[in-house]
Formats: sequence, structure tokens, C-alpha cells
Amino acid sequence: MYWLRELGQYLLLVKEIFKKPENQKIYLRQITFEMDKLGLESLGIVAIISVFMGAVLCIQMAFNITHPLIPAYTIGLSVRESVVLEFSPTIISLILAGKVGSRIASEIGTMRVTEQIDALEIMGINPATFLIFPKIAAMVLINPVLIVFSMFLAIGGGWAAGVATGLVSSNTYIYGIQSFFIPFNIFYALIKTVVFAFLIASISGYHGFMTRGGALEVGTASTRGVVYSSIMIIFFNLILTQLLLT
Amino acid sequence: MIEARNICKSFGGSMVLDDVSVTFERGKTNLIIGASGSGKTVLMKCLVGLFKIEQGKILYDERIFSAMPSSELKELRREIGMLFQGGALFDSMTVEQNVIFPLSMFTRLSLSDRRDRANFCLQRVNLENVNHMYPAVLSGGMKKRVAIARAISMNPKYLFCDEPNSGLDPQTANVIDRLISEITQEYQMTTVVNTHDMNSVLEIGDKVAFIYKAKLWWEGNKEEILESDNPELKEFVFATELTRRLKQ
Repeated sequence: MYWLRELGQYLLLVKEIFKKPENQKIYLRQITFEMDKLGLESLGIVAIISVFMGAVLCIQMAFNITHPLIPAYTIGLSVRESVVLEFSPTIISLILAGKVGSRIASEIGTMRVTEQIDALEIMGINPATFLIFPKIAAMVLINPVLIVFSMFLAIGGGWAAGVATGLVSSNTYIYGIQSFFIPFNIFYALIKTVVFAFLIASISGYHGFMTRGGALEVGTASTRGVVYSSIMIIFFNLILTQLLLT
Repeated sequence: MIEARNICKSFGGSMVLDDVSVTFERGKTNLIIGASGSGKTVLMKCLVGLFKIEQGKILYDERIFSAMPSSELKELRREIGMLFQGGALFDSMTVEQNVIFPLSMFTRLSLSDRRDRANFCLQRVNLENVNHMYPAVLSGGMKKRVAIARAISMNPKYLFCDEPNSGLDPQTANVIDRLISEITQEYQMTTVVNTHDMNSVLEIGDKVAFIYKAKLWWEGNKEEILESDNPELKEFVFATELTRRLKQ
């Protein structure tokens, strides 16, 4: 019954998070601040991982597509499909669950154990809304931007690796990434990123908010935030794929 | 005035507050004293609503705090200032931003007015030239003073201080005690201080409530405490060599 209690507490916290903010101007400022901290500061890691994963995908495709009847442009097409459908929305979100999720859980957890959350409550501020809502809003707004950025870089990384190694020509690769393009796939990927962004921020926020104790518990909350966000991303990935692609 | 009437609170079946009734008067520094684990922090957290009481009533100037709807509770909370044991300053904000924060959330004052108010509060707690520092670089005593400045920034009617001089040297502790007492009289606030420091009791204890084994064991003031015959209170008050010598 432990998971049921946790789920109940999480849902109650989510309800609390979406209560009317006390001062909308300050919340707007907080959202901008969080977009910078949670989103823009993740650009570096997203860029590096995307370029290299795109490159690896391209090389692996080139080595696996050996049948003479399969055209060479399939390499570009396969890289694009892998990146758009799965790699950028899911894998990058999993990486962000580690980077951003641990940050959110440890920040809020530390505020809890140092009584900063109690101080907010005494002032008459709803701490759940004040601390977690701007993070959710920022993640929901910035995550799709990061994922689209990742898609371009991964496809670009594939092109660079393919051309540099001579496995595929530039024209063939570009022809491949333009072939059989289904715009709905982008929509599907963006829906996933918004859901994943919500899961990362709310689950990590929940674990931080429920922290009790000291430094050790903050560490535990941070780990739990990352683990549970990652599991939920995988789980919702399956559900959304089933719902949207079949 | 704050009244606690017959309040009870337990954790995991063990009674932490058992039928406690106590009144904290306006314009006075009201102290809650007791040994570690006696229930004084729980009493304070019940008074400010961080813990829900299981029985009894809490009244703020005849307003029933313990049964207030959340909208009224939010309004009342703006009349409360609290100094936490560790200061509870927001790490990501500078000293000035910490003091300005409640004003930004709940008032329509312009930024320059808010800054003026913050500077006034900081000067009132004898802090200058620290506006742009972060809490991490401040000493323990300075953090407490910033926390007091933040607590009084909204002109509260009620001030709660949880062990305000824990971890401070005797001189700094004395400064904090005097500051709390002065502010209480100056703004005619109802101040409740949670402490186990006998120096504070003898310095600022206009009214003292002694909590022992989850019950209100004794009430009086700083003059009466030294003359009391209550054995448990005597054991607590004269626990140190210093207070024993003072008694002699």
C-alpha cells in the first residue's frame, strides 16, 4: 500500500501546486528565472549528447544497412526517425531527469530541512505553488525548445559523421532526412516532451517537498526524484506511444 | 493576545502536549521554557499552525485561529512574524531581497519604498552595509538579525522566536534578546520566545511558561522564577553551576 499512499500524497501536492498564486508578477519572474536555470543551463549537455548520439546513430545505420536493395538515403531517413520519435524526446528527457530532477529535489529538500518552507508558510505563502509551480511551468515551456534543438543537432551530428567518414554523401543524407516526412511525428514528440517535463518537475518537486530530516534525507530525496521521474518517463512513453501512434 | 486553550498534540501515540492552556500577553516578551524534548517547539509550531492540534483552541485576539478557513488564515498569517532557530533565510536571495520579499508578495509599495522599509528594518536590528550579501557569508548572529528584520518588515502583531540565541556566544545572544524585547515594547507586539537559555529568561522574561512532561507545569515572570518552590522548575533553572552560584 506504500505506493498508493505516495500516489495519493503526490496527487494532493499537485492539487496544491495549481492553486491561485499570491502575486502573479513575482511568479512570472520566477518562471523566467527557472527557465534560465533549468533550461538554458542544460543547453551544453543537450548539445554534446545530441551531436554524438546522432553521429553514432548514422555510423551504426550505415554499417547495418548492407543490403544492395536498400538505398543509401535510408541512413538519413533512419537517423531522422530515430531522433524525432525516440532519441530526442525520451533519451534527452531521461538525461534532463537526472540533471534537472536532482537539482529540483535537492533545492526544495534543502529548503525544507532548513525551515525555509516553514518560513514561507508562516508568511501566508503557499510553498507548494511558490516553489514547484514556476519549475513545472518553466520546464513545460523550455523542454520542447531543448528537444527541438536536440533534434537539429542530432541530425546534424549524423550528417557530419556520415560525410566525414565517407559512409554516406552529403546529398544522399539530406535527401534521406527529407524523404517520407510525417509532420505528425514532430507533434507526437512535442506532446511527449511536455508530459515528460511535467513529470520531471512535479515528481522531483514532490520528493524534495516531502523531505524530512537532514542532509542524508536530502540526498535520498534527490536520488528518489531522479529514479521515479525516469521510471515514469519510460512508463508514460509507452502509454503515449500506444495512444498517439496506433 | 494569544491564547491556547486545552490543546493536545501527539505523535505516534505519544502525547507531546497534554491539555495545555496558556495566555501570551500583548506588549510583553512571553517565554516558553523547558528541557529538550519537553514539547516547547511543538507548542510553538501548533501556535503558528505548522502542526494541527488534536483538541482545544488557539485564539489570536479572540479570533479562533485553529478553526479558521484557509482564506482568513492567509490574512492572519500576514500579521505573524517568525524567527526560526537557524534563521531560515532564503539562500538564493541577498539580505535586502530577503527583507523585501514579504513586502513584494503582499504589498503594492514601489521598489524604492520597499527598499526604504528594508533599510529601516535592517538599521533597526543594527545591520548596515550587508544589503547585497548572501546569507551564506553572514555570521550566526547577523543571520538572526536579518531574520528579525524580515520578520518585522510587515509590521506584525505577533512575533514568534524559536530558540533565537541557540548557537550564539553570550554577548551576541544578549544583543538578540534585548533586540527582541525592545521591538516587542516599541511595536506593542505579542511576542512568544521559545528558549532553554536561563540568561534569556532572566533578561527578558516578562512572562514565563514552563513546559514539563507535555504539560504546562508553571507560569510566572523572571522575578518569580528564582523564588519558586516547584521542584521540577528548580531542577531546570538551577541545572548549571552558574545559576546555582547566582542563587547562593
